[in-house]
Amino acid sequence: MSDAIAAAAPPTDQISVRDLTMAYGDFVVMRDLSFDVSPGEVFVIMGGSGCGKSTLMRHLLGMIEPAQGEIFYHGESFTQAPLEVRDTNLRRFGVLFQGGALWSSMTLAENISLPLEEYTELEPSDTRNVASLKLALVGLRGFEDYYPSEISGGMRKRAGLARAMALDPEILFVDEPSAGLDPISSRLLDDLILELRDSLGTTFVVVTHELASIFAIATKAIFLDTSTRTATAVGHPVELRDHSEDPAVRAFLRRGEQEHE
Amino acid sequence: MSRRGGRAATTTDLAKVSLERDGDRLVVGLKGTWQISAHLPGTTAIEAALDDSPAPGEIQFESAAIEGWDSSVLTFLMGVEDAAEDRSIRVDRAGLPDGVRRLVQLARTVPERGTRAEEPRKSLLARLGGLGLGAYDGARDELRFLGEASEAFGRFLRGKASYRKSDLRLLIQQAGADAIGIASLVSLLFGLILAFVGAVQLQQFGASIYVADLVGVGMVRDMAAFMTAIIVAGRSGAAYAAQIGTMKVTEEIDALRTTGISPMEFLVVPRIVALVLMMPLLTIYADFMGILGGYLVGTGLLDISPRAYIQQTTGAVNMTHFIPGVIKGTVYGLLVALAGCKQGMDAGSSASAVGDAATKAVVNGVVAIIVACGLAQVISWVFGI
Repeated sequence: MSDAIAAAAPPTDQISVRDLTMAYGDFVVMRDLSFDVSPGEVFVIMGGSGCGKSTLMRHLLGMIEPAQGEIFYHGESFTQAPLEVRDTNLRRFGVLFQGGALWSSMTLAENISLPLEEYTELEPSDTRNVASLKLALVGLRGFEDYYPSEISGGMRKRAGLARAMALDPEILFVDEPSAGLDPISSRLLDDLILELRDSLGTTFVVVTHELASIFAIATKAIFLDTSTRTATAVGHPVELRDHSEDPAVRAFLRRGEQEHE
Repeated sequence: MSRRGGRAATTTDLAKVSLERDGDRLVVGLKGTWQISAHLPGTTAIEAALDDSPAPGEIQFESAAIEGWDSSVLTFLMGVEDAAEDRSIRVDRAGLPDGVRRLVQLARTVPERGTRAEEPRKSLLARLGGLGLGAYDGARDELRFLGEASEAFGRFLRGKASYRKSDLRLLIQQAGADAIGIASLVSLLFGLILAFVGAVQLQQFGASIYVADLVGVGMVRDMAAFMTAIIVAGRSGAAYAAQIGTMKVTEEIDALRTTGISPMEFLVVPRIVALVLMMPLLTIYADFMGILGGYLVGTGLLDISPRAYIQQTTGAVNMTHFIPGVIKGTVYGLLVALAGCKQGMDAGSSASAVGDAATKAVVNGVVAIIVACGLAQVISWVFGI
């Protein structure tokens, strides 16, 4: 399998995962995950509900320690890195959480300014301008002084994306972009992701089970299978739908409908 | 066998069930209007018929006389099918109305039945061991939180912590100024109560004037700090747990972490600082309000002249009472803030978990205050302070 070849080669890609086993105590969520993500890719983590998609994202972010295996960024081990190195790495990441996870006691502009104040030497007025720019990029011009509770769920997600982009991250992690959104807002968010990828060259790691989204944005996808507790397929979603050896992957990408061949 | 012969097994106003034995088959007849709001026919009669010997090999249904149905008939049929399944008797659904058949089909084809694994009952020794290990883990957890909080506090003192000054100002206002009203009421009343309790005893010796000593020393040394701390535990302690707990549910804490901001520095330390700064001030304020309460009782009801009362109070209360009182207040504030923030940070990720966290924060805060107060009494007794 290609996994075996990937495991043998020294990791050099932007993100490389080798033999990752994720577990809560004795309960193994997924085992033996190996994959690579190259710069500028939109990498989708897909699978059924509760299969460990978000858990995998949390592992990539270092919020949960792997039970086994290693995660590399640019060929350097993230898992074994000391805390300071990890913190520097975190600055190169942006994360959009499921509900946006905007800090509710701060306005949108303050939300975006916080990472800027934390990691840059910008003057307060410049910080504010950068925040306005980021909000404009996600279509929220003029919403600087709104609190998260005053805007809709879709806007909160876009504002979350603006915050995730605050420090111009190399890699943007997105957890369930379509969750709780109507088809049109969800489509707009997908378009936004592609636009940012094309214009800024940002790598995206997206957790989703929304087929429309997967086919629209993914350049590479990994399928986490609950029954075997491991990844059964890595590749382009169209490729996987038509040519995967695993019937579960084909069924997932066809919404369980019969194959017409 | 009394149940044979087409006799109605169960009767209600509307829905009727009849049982008929036809050779190897048991024919269940459904009649009338089945309504969920009316009485549901039981399956006891059918179970009895299934246990007859010779046992029937198949159940069939006859529903031509059914006039209307809703989920009551489905519930009944599920019971019948469960009973049949237990006895490995076949069920032929052909005689059911079309919609009923499809719904029963749907309900029966759920792949696996959700059964909760039952915990095996543990021996007394095992449970005792579990309790011990739980307590050990809890204590370690508590120590880790304290350690992390101290580390973050160290960074705060060196000016390296990342927090928002506007947050801190707001927290100080909420913990201090906003608590003035309730603190006034409670400590004034408490001073009043203390005066009454003392007066009943002291009057017997004609020593009413010593009410001033009792109230003054009692409030300043212990009760002002104690009562204020209890109020603050209910106000700020619960609020801290709920605020931080909610932020956990909405992944705001995770968002802080991935931004590289320590939630300890950003959320916990400002709350601790706010309470530790405000508690001594509230305590001093409560001292005066308590003494005022005593004064009202003394001058109003015990015929002590205002001048005498004030003189007596200033004579009795001195710095050796005042300073320990303020220190106690500060310590209580620290305990309340720690309990509140700890519960918030440990909260689970659901709405009820936030409620639990707030409850635990108040309970733990109050217990910590009382234990600390008890310890303080013993220490001051031993050292004769």
